[in-house]
Amino acid sequence: MSNAVTTKKKGGFLAGTANYLDERVGIAGIVKDFGRKIFPDHWSFMLGEVALYSFLVLLLSGTFLTFFFNPTMAETTYDGVFGPLKGAHMSSAYASTLNISFEVRGGLLMRQVHHWAALLFVAAAGLHMLRVFFTGAFRKPREINWVVGFMLFVLGMAGGFTGYSLPDDLLSGNGLRIIDGMLKGLPWIGSWTSSLLFGGEFPGNQIVPRLYSLHIMIVPALILVFLVVHLFMVVIHKHTHYSGAGKKDSNVVGYPLMPVYVAKAGGFFFIVFGVIMLTAAFVTINPVWNYGGYDPSPVSAGTQPDWYIGFLDGALRLAPTGIETTVGTATLSWNILLPMLVGVGLLGVVAVYPFIEGWITGDKREHHVLDRPRNAPTRTAIGAAGVTFYAVLWAGAGTDLIATNFKMSLNNVLSTMQILLFVAPVLAYYTTKRLCLSLQRKDREIVLHGHESGRIVRLPHGEYVEIHEPADVYQVWKLTDFKEYAPILARPNEKGIITIRARIRSSLSKMFFEDRVSPVSQTELDAAKHHGELH
Amino acid sequence: MAIKTKKFSRRSPLAAVIVVLAGLLVSGGGYMAATAAVTNTTKTEVSQATIDTGKKLFLANCASCHGKNAEGTANAPTLIGVGAASVDFQVGTGRMPAQASGPQVEVKAVQFKQEDIDALAAYVASLAPGPEVPTDSYLSQVGNVTHGGELFRINCAMCHNAVGAGGALTEGKYAPKLTNTSAKHIYEAMVTGPQNMPVFSNSNLSPADKSDIISYLQYVQKTPSIGGDELSNLGPVAEGLVAWLLVLGGIVVITIWLGAKSN
Repeated sequence: MSNAVTTKKKGGFLAGTANYLDERVGIAGIVKDFGRKIFPDHWSFMLGEVALYSFLVLLLSGTFLTFFFNPTMAETTYDGVFGPLKGAHMSSAYASTLNISFEVRGGLLMRQVHHWAALLFVAAAGLHMLRVFFTGAFRKPREINWVVGFMLFVLGMAGGFTGYSLPDDLLSGNGLRIIDGMLKGLPWIGSWTSSLLFGGEFPGNQIVPRLYSLHIMIVPALILVFLVVHLFMVVIHKHTHYSGAGKKDSNVVGYPLMPVYVAKAGGFFFIVFGVIMLTAAFVTINPVWNYGGYDPSPVSAGTQPDWYIGFLDGALRLAPTGIETTVGTATLSWNILLPMLVGVGLLGVVAVYPFIEGWITGDKREHHVLDRPRNAPTRTAIGAAGVTFYAVLWAGAGTDLIATNFKMSLNNVLSTMQILLFVAPVLAYYTTKRLCLSLQRKDREIVLHGHESGRIVRLPHGEYVEIHEPADVYQVWKLTDFKEYAPILARPNEKGIITIRARIRSSLSKMFFEDRVSPVSQTELDAAKHHGELH
Repeated sequence: MAIKTKKFSRRSPLAAVIVVLAGLLVSGGGYMAATAAVTNTTKTEVSQATIDTGKKLFLANCASCHGKNAEGTANAPTLIGVGAASVDFQVGTGRMPAQASGPQVEVKAVQFKQEDIDALAAYVASLAPGPEVPTDSYLSQVGNVTHGGELFRINCAMCHNAVGAGGALTEGKYAPKLTNTSAKHIYEAMVTGPQNMPVFSNSNLSPADKSDIISYLQYVQKTPSIGGDELSNLGPVAEGLVAWLLVLGGIVVITIWLGAKSN
């Protein structure tokens, strides 16, 4: 007994606790393995973290809201403190949302925190995806994790939309009406699907409780599962890093999780939380009291979905009207089906892009050093085209506000966007590709001839030359550390036939790698140095 | 003394005459005073002088487009029968005289004093009967705000937005925002249907309904934003911009600061 007392005194409380835990759950091993995990330091690696922290804020504020929200469409007469709705007939869902906003202490702040956090969650996830895409972080071995991340993005949209529809105000009801219209636009199964979802004719009295269980249980549970898988895979794969001296596919250069990142990430969580809180305290979001309870007859001007559904709304607005085909008993309304196909198609391409690129390059090696976007010109160009396409659809959802605020004709704004939807991505593709190739040539120039110093020297025989200062070794590493791919030729298979698959792959490979700038080789570098010394 | 008093008693034959005279004075004077009071509040009767002033103003400022007798030209509609309310709205909000032709006549600084506007209105009203400038009883904001809000959402919000923030119409036309519009002008707009707006007649929206709508709009105008900056009440597009540019943008700046290498 005296022995045990002396051990305790030696280490104090912390050591005692650590020992207690180690003997029971083997925490030493966990801390040794997990705590020594190395993460590289770069601002762009924190974007996913922002999404994670917004999700935590969503869980916290959302839990608060469930204590006061009443998810039923039972009719009631409002008798709260908000004057302009006193005595109005509305659903209990809307009445309880008003109650949260005006009578529950801190309720309005929590509603605004929840909504801003939702917008930030999807935005941060989107920006994180763009970072992963443009740096080629989705390459082997991370293709599956890209798909998991994609699922998180889509689930974020689903969570957002189901939440947007819960307050049962005019705005959310208009959003649901569009979903109802799109469902009914599906040939053959449309009316049945709509009836199934709404429990009868729109709006019915079922949709709010149904969306509620999706919003507070199923969607967040799925997000949590995918989140765990996503983070687990990050640990398995180790984090990628940008090219730089000493950074290779076989190592990770950075700081350990314990104590550096635990402190950094912990602090960063509070910063994100703080920014959301500040925004929620100073800026209104979704003032449901302005819209009144849902009534299927009115639609307010400026009715839009939250930003992450905007591209689908834009697709609906930009679709040409009046194109219909009759197939047997069904009428295919292309003004509804086309936007749905465009939306699903765009998301589908995003989901499978890593596999497409992997198939085209045939690259089966592991990649842990990120690409600089310019060193993968075609991928960067495809990304730019995709972003442009998305951006036009997205802006399409705001055509009315663009028209009024910039004093333009709504019709002209719409037709301009219809044209831009096809033209702008092509322009973005070629511009980006040429920019990347030019930047690569500039990099070659720097590696081979160094930086212009601005010092002009006159040689004895009268010639003027500018002195170039050679790039330092760190920079040379950074500028030359990428692999050159060459187009693959379509080769006959074992039966001696060149398959269509092979031809497609070959032509895509040609599109990817026909125009390319090679990294400076050691021979070229030596030759340049030799040449420089002669000067 | 006693006889004298008796002479002027209520039994005297003169007494009846005095009573009748007094009665006539009271009732006639009262009637005059009452009618004078009524004319003051309704302003239905205007002098020929006012109409003449209005006509001069009309010839100088409006006739080039609307015609010398307000009969209309290829550039502008006839004003015969549009009523005083229409003139009071168009001129009183600064829309008329129009500065330029376009999809819609824009609001600008009001060009006339109210008495000149009244004279113009009187002239146009003298051409043919039309909607009159509303009396104050329609404009007092004591209507039912809840009912007004409901009527506004059903009849007005599809163009003007649920809280009157304005909205787009076709070909560069738009429904203006109603955040600063006075009760009188809202009423006049409903009865006259200026520019692209439909007319909401009294059989469509009763004067009481109009008063409710005005009360709702005045409530919205006067109530400060409840949840912080209201982003002009433009809805999710403005919110999305704030989320991307301010919130995420701000956080990216912070990440760059956190990721910066210490020197």
